[in-house]
Amino acid sequence: MTVQAFAFYLFASIVVASGALTILSRNPVHSVLWLILAFFNAAGLMLLVGAEFIAMLLVIVYVGAVAVLFLFVVMMLDIDFAQLRAGVSRYLPFGLLVALILLAEIVLAIGVWSFADVGLELRMGVIDPEIPNIEAVGRAIYGRYLLVFEGAGLLLLVAMVGAIVLTHRERSGLRPQNISDQVKRRPDEATRNTRPGVGEGIEL
Amino acid sequence: MTEFFQGFLGYGLGWFVATSILILMIALPLMLAIAMIIYADRKIWAAIALRRGPNVVGPFGLLQSFADGLKVFLKETIIPTSANKGLFLIAPIITFTVALIAWAVIPFGPDMVLANINIGLLYILAASSLGVYGVVIAGWASNSKYPFYSALRAAAQMVSYEVSIGFVLLAVVMYAGTFNLSGIIAAQQGHVFGFVNAFGFNPLIFPMAVVFLISTMAETARAPFDLTEAESELVAGYQTEYSSMSFALFWLGEYGNVLLMCALNAVLFWGGWLPPIDWAPLYGFLFTPELTGLFWLFTKILLFFFIFSWVKATVPRYRYDQLMRLGWKVFLPLSLGFVVLISGYLMIVRVGL
Repeated sequence: MTVQAFAFYLFASIVVASGALTILSRNPVHSVLWLILAFFNAAGLMLLVGAEFIAMLLVIVYVGAVAVLFLFVVMMLDIDFAQLRAGVSRYLPFGLLVALILLAEIVLAIGVWSFADVGLELRMGVIDPEIPNIEAVGRAIYGRYLLVFEGAGLLLLVAMVGAIVLTHRERSGLRPQNISDQVKRRPDEATRNTRPGVGEGIEL
Repeated sequence: MTEFFQGFLGYGLGWFVATSILILMIALPLMLAIAMIIYADRKIWAAIALRRGPNVVGPFGLLQSFADGLKVFLKETIIPTSANKGLFLIAPIITFTVALIAWAVIPFGPDMVLANINIGLLYILAASSLGVYGVVIAGWASNSKYPFYSALRAAAQMVSYEVSIGFVLLAVVMYAGTFNLSGIIAAQQGHVFGFVNAFGFNPLIFPMAVVFLISTMAETARAPFDLTEAESELVAGYQTEYSSMSFALFWLGEYGNVLLMCALNAVLFWGGWLPPIDWAPLYGFLFTPELTGLFWLFTKILLFFFIFSWVKATVPRYRYDQLMRLGWKVFLPLSLGFVVLISGYLMIVRVGL
């Protein structure tokens, strides 16, 4: 067995196993951690097929940022496990339905992919093996799909502004620290020397 | 070396053996370096505080770290009864492993790099973004309030500073035109005035180098950004419930990360293994070009480590809201602005209006 085959079976089996454990484990934090393991090994699979840029982005964005925030939220939840288990039977039919639909879609997609009589070579993204992955992605994004890419960026910007507008609130009666004011302050505006008489005190 | 082993072990196995040996050749000296750097840190800190620092074990206290290691090794590993056992033990291992794996792509000299991959910088970003998991898992698995607070702080802090680090790295990548670390070093040769080997002296990149230095301190949770282990607020932070070897692994991982960040500062902005001046005798005055490269890289790493220790000994700890302000309101706009500025400048210089 070559190193590549060994790595493939290692990554693939861990992805499947940790995916299963994500939904099977009782503790939500464990679920998230299994999910992170699944992400990480999926990145390994991407590396094996030569998509190193996507693999690193998967680790940086999903494992390094999204999943951390996810974990952050789940860790702070106060979870009643008995209630959680009671919910399972209630939502089981619905969950099974969703799973069934997803399974049917996957089977359909793979079936069409394998048995349709359209030229296979037309369905593949043509990649020049000479140029590195990042450059290929960059050329596609900033060349052929420039407008779509900019549109997606604009959409994300709008979403971000929307989220900020929805959650931002002006609170009155606050005296926030103004660091530049504090740095600019000099001793002669902040202090003064006085010599009050006995029992007189000073004027503030 | 890979060819040598492949000669009699076959392609796959030969590659495996050669790579394993190379990994050990990086990891074992690194462990030794971590032990010595802990000693150096304590000595520098002591000198600035007008103390003597470790001076009992061995000549000048040089063996102090090994004595500490031995002591820690002989102690009992205590696992709190209500802790989540598996995760509690995995967390320090994650921290330590992640601190080691990023060294795979650091070039130590001309053609001296374990994995010369074309996405080296992204790999380092990925590895350093994994570092937060050790802390977060430790804090949660300890099932204790202070470690948990510490874990939340660590998660927010590292995610925040990674954003500006990403933009700073983009500035370097735009100048070098590659994500490969060897390529980035090669691009620095004679970068300023044709003979100074560093991006850092370029006035457009220098502010980015400063932002990167400060961000790396925040990323490794070193003082003045060590809010995850602020002893006046959180006892010892995420390490509170740890003892013995699991505690030592955190300690080693932390210093391994610090060394890595010093190396990154040197490689990305100050020429890595290149001598400061592009002058032929400086490339090979120590027997071979490889050894000279090692010498220059180690000099720069130690210089940055000295800066790290110096800052740790002199600057008081930030408040948490000040930390967040610095990351999101100062560094993020600054680095974003410089990305725009540098890309505009390079567009004019390289492509024309």
